[in-house]
Amino acid sequence: MAHYLDYSTHRKNLENGETTSVATVQGFLDAIVAKQNLNIFLEVFAQEALQKAAEVDAKIANKTAGKLAGMVVALKDNICYKGHKVSGSSKILEGFESVYSATATERLLAEDAIIIGRTNCDEFAMGSSNENSAYGKVLNPLNTELVPGGSSGGSAAAVAAGLCHAALGSDTGGSIRQPASFCGVAGLRPSYGRISRHGLLAFASSMDQIGPITTNIFDAALLLEVISGKDEYDSTVSTKAVPAYSQELASNEKYKIAYLGDCISNDGVDKEIQNRFSEIMEGLSADGFSFYDTTFPYLDYVVPTYYVLATAEASSNLGRYAGMTYGYRAKYTENLDDLIIKSRTEGFGAEVKRRIIMGTFVLSEGYYDAWYTKAMKVRRMIADYTHKMLQEHDFIMLPTTPTTAFKIGQNTGDPIAMYLADIFTIQSALAGVPSISLPLGQHSNGMPFGIQLIGRKFDESRMLAFSELMMQKFGK
Amino acid sequence: MSSTTTPTNKYEVVIGLEVHCQLLTESKAFSTDPYLYGSEANTQVSPVSLGHPGTLPKPNLKALEYALKMGLACHCDIHEWTHFARKNYFYADLPKAYQVTQFTKPIATEGYITINLADGTEKNVKLDKIIMEEDSGKTQHDLDPFSSLIDLNRAGVPLIEVVSQPDLFAPEEAYQYLTELRRIVRYLGICDGNMEEGSLRCDANVSIRLKGTKVLNTRVEVKNLNSFRNVQRAIEYEMERQAIVYDNGGTVDGETRGFDPAKGETFMMRSKEMMNDYRYFPEPDIPPFVLTQDDITKVKKMLPELPRELHHRMVTEMALSTYDAGVITSEKSYADFYLTIINHTKNYKAAANWLNGPIRSYLNENALDFKDFKVTPEAIADLIKVVDENVISFSTASQKVFPELIAHPEIMDAMTIVNKLNLGQVGDDDLLITYIQEAIAKYPDKVAAYKNGQKGLIGLFMGEVMKKTGGKADPKKTNALLAAELEKA
Repeated sequence: MAHYLDYSTHRKNLENGETTSVATVQGFLDAIVAKQNLNIFLEVFAQEALQKAAEVDAKIANKTAGKLAGMVVALKDNICYKGHKVSGSSKILEGFESVYSATATERLLAEDAIIIGRTNCDEFAMGSSNENSAYGKVLNPLNTELVPGGSSGGSAAAVAAGLCHAALGSDTGGSIRQPASFCGVAGLRPSYGRISRHGLLAFASSMDQIGPITTNIFDAALLLEVISGKDEYDSTVSTKAVPAYSQELASNEKYKIAYLGDCISNDGVDKEIQNRFSEIMEGLSADGFSFYDTTFPYLDYVVPTYYVLATAEASSNLGRYAGMTYGYRAKYTENLDDLIIKSRTEGFGAEVKRRIIMGTFVLSEGYYDAWYTKAMKVRRMIADYTHKMLQEHDFIMLPTTPTTAFKIGQNTGDPIAMYLADIFTIQSALAGVPSISLPLGQHSNGMPFGIQLIGRKFDESRMLAFSELMMQKFGK
Repeated sequence: MSSTTTPTNKYEVVIGLEVHCQLLTESKAFSTDPYLYGSEANTQVSPVSLGHPGTLPKPNLKALEYALKMGLACHCDIHEWTHFARKNYFYADLPKAYQVTQFTKPIATEGYITINLADGTEKNVKLDKIIMEEDSGKTQHDLDPFSSLIDLNRAGVPLIEVVSQPDLFAPEEAYQYLTELRRIVRYLGICDGNMEEGSLRCDANVSIRLKGTKVLNTRVEVKNLNSFRNVQRAIEYEMERQAIVYDNGGTVDGETRGFDPAKGETFMMRSKEMMNDYRYFPEPDIPPFVLTQDDITKVKKMLPELPRELHHRMVTEMALSTYDAGVITSEKSYADFYLTIINHTKNYKAAANWLNGPIRSYLNENALDFKDFKVTPEAIADLIKVVDENVISFSTASQKVFPELIAHPEIMDAMTIVNKLNLGQVGDDDLLITYIQEAIAKYPDKVAAYKNGQKGLIGLFMGEVMKKTGGKADPKKTNALLAAELEKA
């Protein structure tokens, strides 16, 4: 298999006959088998992908191929694909087959992408290490003793391990960007409302977003332009026109960039990540970009605010998994209450239960105002402040994660430590603005780490153009 | 229930009603699934109704418009900024484990519904709010001996809930309120108001207090009352039950009760401790929506004439009696029929008489619904015309032509029947005078008696003329001509 640079190169190779989609898919299928130990895929659609590849090859020969013809994509196991299983990596949906496709899936297929399989993730996208899957943990392809990050750990690992060209993940508080950082790939969380959530298993509806995980910015831009845009099935999706992001990657603007000096130099942030961050700042400054040391007074509140709101919404969103109309149903139950309780007790994993209980608590009578209402207010303040920072600057630059990938099992006994791994990724999720993790760091411990950009709402165009520039200048 | 005292006398009942009205939209509240009452179980469903993973709600704008109409018809404050909320609870027929409803930001608040009291006065019953929400599915406990069966056809059907303030003070007031509410939703065309099919459902919050006090004591919620009569009965039962509790020094618990129509009693369903904590919170899948003044004005313009306005117009402009206007406006279909008749005739009174007389009697005698009445209002207007023009008398019209019209509703004009049955009144002066003179000539002695003061004898001559005309002589005219001719004789 020819070394994959980006989709435009691959497309040329397909068009000039240097390779075929069938050969490409076969190559990936072989690689998937070779790396089975990583536990990345919950299911591989081998025959179907090969068949689709043959069709794509024919279309390419006929010059009728779509924008993504032959791009081999993996779906996180919380994105529906008609006639295929989807489980959210949960036992409670074991064997459940979706009767419809997510809008994002439909749009991929309409442009002739090839869906190769569904990837493991934290159960219902709840987790930062991919250790919360009912189907076993995913290993980091760069070091199998480490986690790949989560919750889209399988998707990030699949791209990093070369098992597909790109993958879709979902990001509620960092679930695309954090694993992208841990696996050394690019992970984009679009603005809230950019991509339809129709067909995405809901975790926290007010923050969930689908996004691409790729090896390069062009592919992220291309995928984004294909799957974004209005959708009659989702009332929260924006009707804003979708730019041709992949054609707008050149930029001559000298941006104004905010960074949080206090926070970068905090002891909790790995020294080498601090150094790399400074190095990139200096390099960009030398090129005429201006940096502003800014404060974000609510940093201490982002994690608690996020966990109150996300768990509240999750406790409601996951109510439907009750052993009634579909999914896992407990055997030997006495009555309706017993059936619901046992099905959920047996079907959900520990972390999901923890969050449902927490969410139920913060919404309950007598506690609602102290927790949920207050968190909503703080969210508003965080969002307002973030928008203000982004009015005064073009971007906010942050590390994606305070550390590189941690050891499997290291944080499982300490949920708070696990939750704090999300500290840099939550701000943009609460504010609904786009952000991207760029694979620009390489630690002496052998592991990669990401540098994150946060952009203005629906300004993915400039964020991707700046990302491309940074990748050109500082990437491998 | 029996007791040695008659405890209810010293107490006054305080009632608030929560009425759910199923909206007559073509699709569900938050999906495009159709809904047809009576369809085979679980056929009116899609992944959205079934709460499949990844599905999202999409508000039905028609349902919002209907809710807005009701708010306007009930003089409510309409809120320009409103949003939905989730009410969370687990039940077999609630696939998402939450109901999308409205909580802190309903579409309409305050307002009132005017009812007539027994003493002839009117009362404005204050409303708390009107909200739009989705229905749950149905659990059938009695179709299978071993299982409860779930039908999700109804899941997601749009409802409005009209919540009154505790502003009703007698079972009869609750009855009047419900009647008026049903009349309004039917006039608006937003709900068929059929309690038997469950398209109108009522829960009653009932408490009692010592007469003359203004306290609101603990209320009991009586749920799932399926007829107007049962609402009244359940309240009456609760009044007595609670009175006995208080009289015996007890306290009424804030519980949820059901009503057993066979026994005429309420029974405990859920105690306060068993009440759900619904954990309401703003529905994140539906952005808050803004109704502009323009939207509100547009819907306001679409409102039909409401029954009370129509009643008023009938009494003041059409000079109908309060009784006639009351009967005609009681049902929208009657009122519409009436209004169509008077599009074709200005004889408002005759139109009312026809509707409240022969038409109602016919329907009552044959136990028919108004919707089964096939004679068109245009044909009735035509009948009124031929009577007014003295072609036939009212009794001929009602006894001969009307039954023929019922038998042949395809015949639209009364004259066809009049001619077919040869019923035309003889109104021609010359012809009538000829018959009159013949009659006078036949009874010279009676003419003399008449002239001597036996004025009643005119009936004899009348009968003679009628005989000659086969009963078709215009009685009014004949009478006048006869009197004149007799004077001359």
